[in-house]
Amino acid sequence: MSPMGLWIGFTTLLCKEIRRFTRIWLQTLLPPVITTTLYFLIFGNLIGPRIGEMEGYRYMDFIVPGLIIMAVITNSYANVSSSFFSARFQRFVEEMMVSPMPPWVMLIGYTCGGLARGMVVGVVVTVVSLFFSQLQIHNLGVVLSVVVLTSILFSLAGFSNGLFARNFDDISIIPIFVLTPLTYLGGVFYSIRLLPEFWQALSLANPILYMINAFRYGFLGISDISLPLSYAMTVGFILILFGVNLALLNRGYRMRS
Amino acid sequence: MEPALTVNKITKSYENGTRALRGLSFKVENGDFYALLGPNGAGKSTLIGIITSLVNKTRGEVKVFGYDTDLHPAESKSRLGLVPQEVNFSIFETPMQILINQAGYYGIPRSLANAKSEEYLHTLGLWEQRNTIGRNLSGGMKRRLLIARALVHHPQLLILDEPTAGVDIEIRRSMWSFLREINAAGTTIILTTHYLEEAEHLCRNIGIIDHGKLIHNTSMKSLLMKLGNETFILDLDQPLTALPSIDHYPLRQIDSTTLEVDVDRKRGLNPLFAALLAHSINVTSLRNKANRLEELFIKIVSENSDGMGSNP
Repeated sequence: MSPMGLWIGFTTLLCKEIRRFTRIWLQTLLPPVITTTLYFLIFGNLIGPRIGEMEGYRYMDFIVPGLIIMAVITNSYANVSSSFFSARFQRFVEEMMVSPMPPWVMLIGYTCGGLARGMVVGVVVTVVSLFFSQLQIHNLGVVLSVVVLTSILFSLAGFSNGLFARNFDDISIIPIFVLTPLTYLGGVFYSIRLLPEFWQALSLANPILYMINAFRYGFLGISDISLPLSYAMTVGFILILFGVNLALLNRGYRMRS
Repeated sequence: MEPALTVNKITKSYENGTRALRGLSFKVENGDFYALLGPNGAGKSTLIGIITSLVNKTRGEVKVFGYDTDLHPAESKSRLGLVPQEVNFSIFETPMQILINQAGYYGIPRSLANAKSEEYLHTLGLWEQRNTIGRNLSGGMKRRLLIARALVHHPQLLILDEPTAGVDIEIRRSMWSFLREINAAGTTIILTTHYLEEAEHLCRNIGIIDHGKLIHNTSMKSLLMKLGNETFILDLDQPLTALPSIDHYPLRQIDSTTLEVDVDRKRGLNPLFAALLAHSINVTSLRNKANRLEELFIKIVSENSDGMGSNP
């Protein structure tokens, strides 16, 4: 395929993905807004004043970056895992498999679909957060690069889930039993410096911790983890997941008999 | 000129040990209308899956217009269109979106994709339903949408895997005439079907697969020549008083005005009509008892199965 043909294939898939999550906005865009609004109300407005400051910031201001990135993570992941598994389940993934569009374009198309939903949700949740906190930005470049890289990473992870899943249960198991606990334990609501040494060390094994802290650094200028290490971890995971997904796609794993 | 399709020593073994295809080889010439027949489980869909990259082969090679599907996947895939056996489009999308998306996957610019989609929606009688989501289409409409989707990138080789299964006779016949038209316009077509009448009407050449092997690959005409006898049903203008005896034409009475007769193809029908007239029996109409290809197909496959049974 010519470069123009590849571009057309990519934009076709991306537009299809964007159309899909905007068509079902009640399931895709509204829930994160409601959930994070409740977080802001309960943890920020009701419990926050009793907690006081965290790392020198109002508790509400401390948790806002974590809540935004949490919404981005879960939505990027869910978009790709459910969309790609549906394509496999209803077998319309075959539309792409019989076409000359190479697997890497398919992978990038789905990933960018997850990125698009992650960004839309991220922007909406950020706007909602403005009603509850006076958002400051310490470094816009860090904010944008971390949110984009994190969204890409979890879109790729969602793709892996969609590829391995055998039924719809498999699509919900990973977010419930892996993603949500890791996000909650990744420092959204607290600084890991509050934890005993053993749990601090254990927290470092949680990849989401690096992204939440890097994102918080972009807003507040504080982080439990060094910024270069956070970037290295995120980019490293992206490369690994992209490579694994592409290798499986090329083999036709769970798609070709 | 390169054949439209070259299948060379294709073998497919599944992990459970099932050997779906056993060193199958054949060619389909450019412009042909080729029937690929076989009983259920013979390996037809596996073969189509391998040609269209939906199934991994164990061994062998496939070329589409000379392009190896492993070495030049983009070149071979861009020349292929597939109408699958089962409906496999997103049921939440409209026919228009489905066709535009499919064109996009083939790198066709949006303006041209729109024009092509409109053209095929009109041609296949789906224009009124262009904005109806797939879930709400009737069975026949879904089948026609699959055909439109397979054609939107203008493939040179169209593979139809039981395209008229479950479709009423009116739609089936309109599909036949459409397929004849696109074949006449230069598209090579490979058709699998369980309606042997369909294959006989449409196809010039035929391959029969059984137990993963190609047991016949010939022209439709020469295959039908192998049919030694044909059984005809004769409708008479008056009730029969006594069943006449005619040499070489064993007659059986079905009811008072209907006869059944086995006819040796070499002898033809004229001597039979002459003999019936001599007995003052007038025939008002005549038809084959069963489809000719169907009779032959059953014979060939059962012979092959007997052979497989003695030598697995």
